[in-house]
Amino acid sequence: MSPRRPRHLLFSALLALVALVAAACGSSGDDTATTGGSEGSGGATESSGGGAAAGEEFTVGFIYVGPKDDFGYNQAAYQGSQAVAALDGINVIQAENVPETAEAEAVMQSMIDEGAKLIFATSFGHLEFARNLAEANPDVVFVHQGGLEGEPALDNLGTYFGTVYEPVYTAGIAAGAATKTGKLGYVYAFPIPQTLANINAFTLGAQSVNPAVETIAISTGNWCDPGLQAEAAKSLLDQGVDVITQHQDCTKTIIEATEAAGAFTVGYHADAAELAPKGWLTGSEWSWDKLYVDITNTVRDGKFAESDYNGDFRIGLQTGDNPFVQSEFGPSVSDDTKAKIDTARESFVDGGSPFKGPVADQDGKEIYAADKQPTYAEVETMDFFVKGVIGTIG
Amino acid sequence: MLLESVLTGAVRGGTSILYPTLGEVISERAGVVNLGTEGCMLAGALTAYAVGIETGSVWLGVVAGIVAGAVLALLHAFMVITRRANPIATGLVVTFLALGLTALFGQDYVGQGVNAMAPVAIPGLSDLPFLGPILFDHDPLTYLSFAAAPAIWWVLFRTRAGLNIRAAGERPEVLEAFGTSPARVRYAAVVIGGALAGLGGAQLSTAFTLNWSERMTVGRGFVAVALVIFAAWDPLKAVGGAYLFSGAISLQLQLQARGWELSRYLLEAVPYLTVIVVLVALSHRRRHAAPESLGRVLA
Repeated sequence: MSPRRPRHLLFSALLALVALVAAACGSSGDDTATTGGSEGSGGATESSGGGAAAGEEFTVGFIYVGPKDDFGYNQAAYQGSQAVAALDGINVIQAENVPETAEAEAVMQSMIDEGAKLIFATSFGHLEFARNLAEANPDVVFVHQGGLEGEPALDNLGTYFGTVYEPVYTAGIAAGAATKTGKLGYVYAFPIPQTLANINAFTLGAQSVNPAVETIAISTGNWCDPGLQAEAAKSLLDQGVDVITQHQDCTKTIIEATEAAGAFTVGYHADAAELAPKGWLTGSEWSWDKLYVDITNTVRDGKFAESDYNGDFRIGLQTGDNPFVQSEFGPSVSDDTKAKIDTARESFVDGGSPFKGPVADQDGKEIYAADKQPTYAEVETMDFFVKGVIGTIG
Repeated sequence: MLLESVLTGAVRGGTSILYPTLGEVISERAGVVNLGTEGCMLAGALTAYAVGIETGSVWLGVVAGIVAGAVLALLHAFMVITRRANPIATGLVVTFLALGLTALFGQDYVGQGVNAMAPVAIPGLSDLPFLGPILFDHDPLTYLSFAAAPAIWWVLFRTRAGLNIRAAGERPEVLEAFGTSPARVRYAAVVIGGALAGLGGAQLSTAFTLNWSERMTVGRGFVAVALVIFAAWDPLKAVGGAYLFSGAISLQLQLQARGWELSRYLLEAVPYLTVIVVLVALSHRRRHAAPESLGRVLA
């Protein structure tokens, strides 16, 4: 019934399509597991130390859950990896869009096969697979971003993270100073302790300069659903919120909606000031360079097992250079506010905490007594909203 | 007030669901189920975004998005109509293909600024109390969708072309007896359906969210296919279905913003529960509404 020629043409087109996809996936000349779902493979790069000289070079692998230019979490990790790649005698291999499934194990395994002796697993859900490989490859060191090592402790596995809520607190100071309606907005995905700590720190920071401030927290149930984000931003603006921030993987939609409405933006994950030229206050972003380089040197010198990195390494202003830093200020932040922010940051360096008591939850019950403050570990199990946050957990 | 906010949100978010629903109505009226709708939406979303950035013209991007959706639907049509593949399986394959291709080619565009399809308030009408912001302060593609639904209804039920489409879906053998090829009609219907899905995706990325990220349609294409059943294959009822779903999304977010103390898990489920509940309530009327030859390919 159908003419033969169009059928053959279409089949050739289909074959060409499949070939194109296969070629694109294979073209990087490096190891990326490419099956199903999201196919991004373009990011795998070869050494920056030049050539594949055996023996001399120390190979380090990085895996990211998303694309390296997502304006956020993964981009920050990628930039850190470039600091490592700039070191002498280091060969960096990477893979983007590695899902948090067994595929991650396959990708890391192929990096080991390429000679990697240190692997950075940068997304929360990569931990299980890094652990499996750590058990099977005792001569390769695995460091995981954001998780907790678990039992039994392995000598070639460690986790690391910064204290995200410290710059979020200082960003809250800027928000509290800028708001005219006294209402702030926070769009988030899931009520995990890290997010709760952020929302609470933001609110406490704002309340330190403007005690009547309230934060409306909206959950989208998703790390990046632009449709929901757009609606969530509009809902907040409808309620008179005039400063919006977020804990999401993709930040653009909310920032655009906020800027279009003439409200203020506080960023997260990356400096997005160019998206909000008028409304940008400040934000928080990752600066992994120093930490990644230090970990790499420690492992290369064979000193990992006895170092602090062999364990759950957490770093904040108290203990050193927090890899989570304040973003640049926008045009409308006053010098007075900047001074208050500096004072707050100094207090953290001196051993203080954004959660220094008295801190009460939404029902008014006191959680941290006056002058008491939680340890870094206690914050990682936070399960409440502070007074002044409007929203429900679970 | 809550009602006004929710209805405004319903229209604002509903356009990107309405277009693929309308497209799928046409496709299924001709007898072909296209589960590749989600893929066509994604293709439209990325292409519109990318072409808008590269050429500087967002309208050119929207046109490109429509073409992208149509091309992907052409693939589905070929496999199902000419090669007689199983339509369900083929549709899913097309969606997965689109998921992969858009993720791959979209990498360069994540987070990049786009020339937005900005909202245009219609002078005079947008100042009307209540109805003004709900209907008359949206982007041009939303205004277009107001016209698209009745236009498609008119074409389907008042023109010869529409009669052919419906015949292909009900009694293709009758159509053939009259000398028109059902296969050709089905090809056209599926491609038009894909084009509309592409338009919905384009609106999603260039007008509603002003963003591109992988998998950003999060299943709205599948929701559109479900809404076709909800709408009893009627383009006008499709409007109700699309706005009901997106209105429910807007409602749950507005309730959160107002501090309602409801489990956020329950609130997230509200849009889907709403559609199911209404579907069940209206099911006695829907039972006989499906085109007779839907899913059955001519022997």
